[in-house]
Amino acid sequence: MEIQVTVNGKKFTSDVEPRTLLVHYVREVLNLTGTNVGCDTSSCGACSLHLDGEAVKSCTVLAVQADGANITTIEGMAAADGTLHPMQQSFMENHGLQCGFCTPGMVMAATSLLKENPNPTEDEVRIGLEGNLCRCTGYHNIVKAVLAAAGK
Amino acid sequence: MIPAAFDYVRAGSAAEAISLIGQHGSDAKFIAGGHSLLPMMKLRLAQPAVLVDISRISDLSYIKDAGDHIAIGAMTRHMEVEKSSVLAQHVPLLAHAAGHVGDPQVRHRGTIGGSIAHADPASDLPATTLALGATYVVQGPNGTREIAASDFYKSFLESDLAEDEMLTEIRVPKMNGAGWSFQKFNRRAQDWAIVGVAAWRGANGSGVGLVNMGQTPILASSVSAALAGGSSIADAAALAVADAQPSADNNATVEYRTHLAKVLVRRALEQASA
Ligand SMILES: Cc1cc2nc3c(=O)[nH]c(=O)nc-3n(C[C@H](O)[C@H](O)[C@H](O)COP(=O)(O)OP(=O)(O)OC[C@H]3O[C@@H](n4cnc5c(N)ncnc54)[C@H](O)[C@@H]3O)c2cc1C
Ligand code: FES
Ligand code: FES
Repeated sequence: MEIQVTVNGKKFTSDVEPRTLLVHYVREVLNLTGTNVGCDTSSCGACSLHLDGEAVKSCTVLAVQADGANITTIEGMAAADGTLHPMQQSFMENHGLQCGFCTPGMVMAATSLLKENPNPTEDEVRIGLEGNLCRCTGYHNIVKAVLAAAGK
Repeated sequence: MIPAAFDYVRAGSAAEAISLIGQHGSDAKFIAGGHSLLPMMKLRLAQPAVLVDISRISDLSYIKDAGDHIAIGAMTRHMEVEKSSVLAQHVPLLAHAAGHVGDPQVRHRGTIGGSIAHADPASDLPATTLALGATYVVQGPNGTREIAASDFYKSFLESDLAEDEMLTEIRVPKMNGAGWSFQKFNRRAQDWAIVGVAAWRGANGSGVGLVNMGQTPILASSVSAALAGGSSIADAAALAVADAQPSADNNATVEYRTHLAKVLVRRALEQASA
């Protein structure tokens, strides 16, 4: 089935099987491999990207369901000249990552969270990121990074 | 994990969706948010031959004040239920419960209609709308009918919906200032409740819904009857499992669930009565 999507500002038209998951479409057809597959069971959030501006788990969305949508992946967060998105910068400055596997999903979930709640408390950040698992950091510096990006 | 192959069609209206399901027969399924169906398809627990996508039927996404009740379109996503100012004012229990479904990513996709149609006893919104005395509006090839939430849930993942019927609207009576509480007990973030309780108590009675305490969401009628008869909260809460049939799973034994339900119902009633 033919789908048209805008990914990181660029338009793509592709012919996909209906059962293609959005995460596989993004990684294998568009070669945007920053979006990771962690659990593949809708639990870990590593595959989070923005679908029409909201974070979703792309392992649990069909590519055909995204037809016509505006998608942003981690590759689309930095400016064209390479300047990091403030959330990426904040993760770097606050040591919000170790192995980095969860980081793209964390950054996508965190930016979606701040869009909905620009001024979160620490608790709201922790609860807002409950769909994203990190096996390295213990979350402390991730929460610190998000609060710093929110100007706290 | 990739689902088995299927054909995909998109419906622009409820009538079109029902006619598409009718054409493709029992191998076809509606997909709304896909957040119950796709995980099952990836595990090949479900292998529909055709998916009829109803998520773009935008005139079924709304939250409206309809006088004595709030009417919610089946395609309204959990996040919209959670953030609705109309619900915050008139049915705060439902808005609050919706905010406890999964995590934000799940709530950006999952719909209230999908959650109710899926009829999972472990889900939060079936038991919550049951406690609130909701009515579900269902459309089929021969028109619409209304089903009381208390008549809707038949057995595990089975509801009164026929294969060619679609849930279109959820009508929830206004709470008129009644006290309420939502208790969700789980051990991991974003998880389903091991036991959950949705309760309200006001001038015209009370309602207590139990999550994950049987094959269907459970209305704890004995608790409300005891309260109406003048029982104390402690005595009423002791009847928490009178209408339930808890079973054991990896998270809890029957005894543990039974104990938990009584404790959570007591806490919920205390909070709702405060
Ligand atoms: C990681 C994760 C965590 C979750 N945690 C929770 C939780 O804590 N609590 C909770 O309650 N839920 C939880 N859920 C489930 C979530 O709430 C689902 O969104 C919801 O159960 C199903 O809604 P949906 O729109 O995604 O339905 P779908 O998955 O699209 O459909 C579910 C079923 O209902 C049918 N259907 C859908 N809409 C209609 C309709 N309008 N008429 C007739 N049939 C219809 C479909 O054919 C399918 O059989 C979780 C899901 C995930 C992935
Ligand atoms: S890979 Fe999608 S949630 Fe884990
Ligand atoms: S940094 Fe390794 S999983 Fe989060």
